Amino acid sequence: MLRFALRRLLVALLVALAVSAASFLLVFLAGDPAVAMLGQGGRAEDAAALRTLYGFDRPLPIQYAAWLAKALVGDFGRSQFFNLPVAAILWERLPTTMTLGVCGLAFALALSLPLGILAALRPNSALDRIALLVAVTGQAIPSFWLGLMLIVLLGVVFPVLPISGADDWRGFVLPTVVLGYYATPGFMRLTRAGMIDVLEADFIRTARAKGLSAPDVVLRHALPNAIIPVVSLAAVQFGFMLSGSIVIESVFALNGVGRLAWESITRSDLPVVQAIVLVFAVIYVILTLAADLLNAWLDPRIRAA
Amino acid sequence: MSGALAPSEGIAGPRPGARVLAASARHPGLVAGLAVLLLLTVAALAAPLLAPHDPYAQDLANRIVPPAWMDGAKTAHPLGTDHLGRDYLSRLLYGARVSLGIGLAVALLSGLIGTALGVTAGYFGGRIDMIISFVVTTRLALPIVLVALAAVALVGASLQTLVAVMALLLWDRYAVVMRAATQQMRSRAFVTAARAVGCSTPRIIVAEILPNLANQLIVVATLEMAQAILLEAALSFLGLGVQAPIPSWGLMIAEGKEHILFEPWLIFMPGALLVLLVLAINTLGDGLRDVAAPSTRA
Repeated sequence: MLRFALRRLLVALLVALAVSAASFLLVFLAGDPAVAMLGQGGRAEDAAALRTLYGFDRPLPIQYAAWLAKALVGDFGRSQFFNLPVAAILWERLPTTMTLGVCGLAFALALSLPLGILAALRPNSALDRIALLVAVTGQAIPSFWLGLMLIVLLGVVFPVLPISGADDWRGFVLPTVVLGYYATPGFMRLTRAGMIDVLEADFIRTARAKGLSAPDVVLRHALPNAIIPVVSLAAVQFGFMLSGSIVIESVFALNGVGRLAWESITRSDLPVVQAIVLVFAVIYVILTLAADLLNAWLDPRIRAA
Repeated sequence: MSGALAPSEGIAGPRPGARVLAASARHPGLVAGLAVLLLLTVAALAAPLLAPHDPYAQDLANRIVPPAWMDGAKTAHPLGTDHLGRDYLSRLLYGARVSLGIGLAVALLSGLIGTALGVTAGYFGGRIDMIISFVVTTRLALPIVLVALAAVALVGASLQTLVAVMALLLWDRYAVVMRAATQQMRSRAFVTAARAVGCSTPRIIVAEILPNLANQLIVVATLEMAQAILLEAALSFLGLGVQAPIPSWGLMIAEGKEHILFEPWLIFMPGALLVLLVLAINTLGDGLRDVAAPSTRA
């Protein structure tokens, strides 16, 4: 287990290093980041001043090394727009996005696990078809459009929920539903497939033959085995949801990191963009590492591979 | 000689084409998905003939005319007009061209990248496989929407940029599926035979392995096209995808956002078409997978 954990940790560190290079290099897609930051009508001498201020005039590897060294201690530079340290702005916005992500994940699991289990218990029943419908539509509906339609339905036609902002918990209901629904199909398909596989296994037949009650067999014997791949998917989906928060937060006017990312991109506040790409990517790397380790601990066969 | 061996390997019974046709009859989803997709494709191709107006023609005297089933509709604009008085039906029809065109282009380009990487990793294994798998893992860690938005903004929004950026981000599933499929193929008898008679490695990959991956490739391409269409819509909705005045469904939803309180149909129609299109493509892809490549199911 220790060998496996160390190997996996090394890979995660290398991936984190690679994504840091990618986030750093991203801003050079503009050709000259100083000119991009000034926007249209920028003067040449201002660009030159910016180039010196941000050190864009140094060789790339040296810039990257300096940027990475600072990022490692939580210093992502200064936002040009806010004239504040990027880290301080991120710190202020992160709770909203994390709350949204965690609520969305919880909603997705609360919807998909029971549906997936029930669908597996009665394949091809009406319930199985409903589960399939939820999965198929969840994959086809653009989340921003679903958000807008829910705003029309629940904010305008039957006004029960606020349509933007997050002054209290009610502001999180619709964004949670939209973000969670987007992650539901994957969880449900995996839970259903896993349960169907496990329910055919010998030890389940034994448990049934012993006379254990049906809920006991399903929840205590079958579910823990079926749910292992769901853990990995949860880590992956949480990462995708962070990325998806850009769309959701702009639809519902939530002041999270996603909205900050979009605003920073439109006003070319490049240090903020770099920092958010890096933070989201590193969160994903950490989560998938944790999921892999948890999986290996739960299922010894994985360690051997 | 080895070429003659390949197609018959592992297939018993009727030709694959006949098999697929027979199986299609048992999969109503596949047929329905294909029918809707064909319908939308024909509508997109025939947009210049079907559209009652020029999709770019503004008519400020007739702004936000409601669609036919609402009060105040005008027969000249069966689905109403937008905030600049442009005919909505015409814009929706031309929007299908944008979605399908971009979806197809991205599915093909990302397919080239992903297949090249996946087949290389799967065939050679060892260190090459390790490096390519590392690239795939790194790509998966990067937040797609965020990186795509930033890249489009920094390079400068245009259709070419948009397609290139999406193709460079959406190849991962091809790579993963093709790698696994190639690994399985590599040790099959016809590949060993081809190697034994002295075929070169590129020839083995192109003539022996790739044709046998076609089924799975089509399945992944279908699902990836749906992904690309949804991503294009999201990017256009956020203002960094297809640029005005080109009619993209995602952009039309963004333009309708101002009118969400009183004219929600401006948002409803392009979104409903997106759902219909993506649903059709996904259903077709799922059906094809059941029929042609059950092993790709994840």
